Amino acid sequence: MDSALSVQEVTKRFGDFTAVDQVSFDVEDGKFFSILGPSGCGKTTLLRMIAGFYKPDGGTILFNGKNMDGVAPNKRPVNLVFQNLALFPMMNVHENIAFGLRRRGEKGPGVDKKVRDLLERIGLPESGKKQISQLSGGQKQRIAIARCLIMEPSVLLLDEPLGALDAKLREHMKVELKRLQSQVGTTFVYITHDQSEAMVMSDTVAVMNNGHFEQIGAPQELYHEPKSSFVAQFVGNNNKLRVKLHSDPSGNIIARYADRYDLKLAQRVDVSNENEEYDLFIRPEAIIINPREGKEHFQNLPVEVTSILFDGGNSRLLVSPLGTEEELVVALPQTREYDHIRSKDRIQVGWDLNKTVCFKRSDWKLYDEE
Amino acid sequence: MMKNRQHIKWGFLFFFLPVVLWLFLLIVLPHIELLRLSFTKANTGKFTLDNYMAFFEEPIYWLTFVRTAGYSIIVTFLVMVISLPVSFYISKIVKERMTGVLMILILVPFWVSELIRVYGWMILLRESGVLNHFFVSIGLFKEPVEMLYNDITMIMGLVYTSMLFMVVPVIGVMDDLDNSLIEAAYDLGASKISIWRTIIIPHCASGLVNGGIIVFMLVLGSYLTPNLMGGKNSLWFTEQIYNQIILYFNWNQGAAFGFLLLALSSLIIWVMLKLTRQNLKEVVT
Repeated sequence: MDSALSVQEVTKRFGDFTAVDQVSFDVEDGKFFSILGPSGCGKTTLLRMIAGFYKPDGGTILFNGKNMDGVAPNKRPVNLVFQNLALFPMMNVHENIAFGLRRRGEKGPGVDKKVRDLLERIGLPESGKKQISQLSGGQKQRIAIARCLIMEPSVLLLDEPLGALDAKLREHMKVELKRLQSQVGTTFVYITHDQSEAMVMSDTVAVMNNGHFEQIGAPQELYHEPKSSFVAQFVGNNNKLRVKLHSDPSGNIIARYADRYDLKLAQRVDVSNENEEYDLFIRPEAIIINPREGKEHFQNLPVEVTSILFDGGNSRLLVSPLGTEEELVVALPQTREYDHIRSKDRIQVGWDLNKTVCFKRSDWKLYDEE
Repeated sequence: MMKNRQHIKWGFLFFFLPVVLWLFLLIVLPHIELLRLSFTKANTGKFTLDNYMAFFEEPIYWLTFVRTAGYSIIVTFLVMVISLPVSFYISKIVKERMTGVLMILILVPFWVSELIRVYGWMILLRESGVLNHFFVSIGLFKEPVEMLYNDITMIMGLVYTSMLFMVVPVIGVMDDLDNSLIEAAYDLGASKISIWRTIIIPHCASGLVNGGIIVFMLVLGSYLTPNLMGGKNSLWFTEQIYNQIILYFNWNQGAAFGFLLLALSSLIIWVMLKLTRQNLKEVVT
């Protein structure tokens, strides 16, 4: 079976600048696919090419196996929810939603019924007569999506539609959007710079940087097995340790950290150049406080607590490895087991060697939290 | 507190008084005098309706009147039709840098007086003019043709002279039109024509009506262009007023014609606002 959307080696250049560089991916029918990347990574350009507003400089875009080359946006089986929603202020809600059907030549009570059914499904059954300016942010959101869904597109594109909402509503809409998608079963392609939005809603996430995809995979996969330094930093929180690698006489790879600690590594990395700088990534929740001694495949590190950030289930410890100025973030489980820890305490932390990843420092591009 | 209030009142008066004086002395007072004149007999100064009756009894007067009204509406409509794509091009299609240049190109001809611009047209179009010379020399015409002094030339001249007053307000509202609305309509399957019909023109309605009122009033009351380009074949109602007052020295008849023209323009603008469901207050602000 053909994928709902198939993008093959699509490239877009603006002058000398390559905005999208040989990007390929497939989206299966009925899936929620997100493209996650920082602003300026080319994700909007890619989306506009899929919608048909930009003509790719190379590559092909297929919907259900049909080549879209040279097909204008108004003839494509795809609809776009704009970043600013772009609801028509000169029409009321009903007219906005019916707009696409009318352009398709549908008339009469059939249109009214479809619009009413859809309004009911998005939970705004009484708002057909309302003007756009009378709607709240979240309602506008739903109307904008309904306006596209009524066209029954094979793919619905969403360009950061939650960007304009306040934090609380955004959390709510994330869940709502995911539910709506599974309800209607339309294929969603969602672009965002917010990794939490992408992870919560998507079946598959593509992390985009500098015009190409760094990694495509399920959110869990991206989180636990990042394939690049960029993905490790951009998806979820991560601790970054600057290290240099060498191998010890018995062939184990050792990461030298802050010129004083030798940290064991499970990952096989090329260590031919001992001066090459590497970044070692450890998730805050992978770091265990006061681990039991003597476990295999385990690395301990003595640290001093610099501060305790209490935030309910999301509480963290800031610790500094002894003899360094650097700071690591450690998840602090609220099991009351660690209540005795105070600032300035010296404690042991440790992690399972399988839970760390290491990438060449020179490989990361564009994005760095520092 | 009191002092402050006093201060505001003086400031208010300072700006308000010239406006009141200007309105009263230059507009209200002359119109009251004209209104009085229009209802009095030329020699005796007695009350009469003859001046208005003359308008209805003499076909040349009311025919000119109807012609003027009809052509003014046609000109206004033509100006709207032409200025929409022009404004769209200037506001949405060209690069930002070019927008200013094009606006200046539209404005520059209006730095020259209307008289000079009309003479420019005459040099181009008259029997011994540039166009005739060119067409005869390339063999398209056997002999020079008089292109001036007909309705079509006059309408063209009126459209040309009033274009600016439509383009400027329409560009104003067009700039406010969010490009993503056009894209959204396109994305939802609208053709170019239906994007114009459903998105762009409804959005520009206030600018169009605003420009329409200005253009209509300018055209209806214009004298130079119809006189010079239309000549004797294309009479304009302002020429009738001119003739009465200046040629026949019949101020009373001229005043009556003037009021008929005022009534006509008010009526047509009112109908226009009703038809487009626009509010005068919204349109002018």
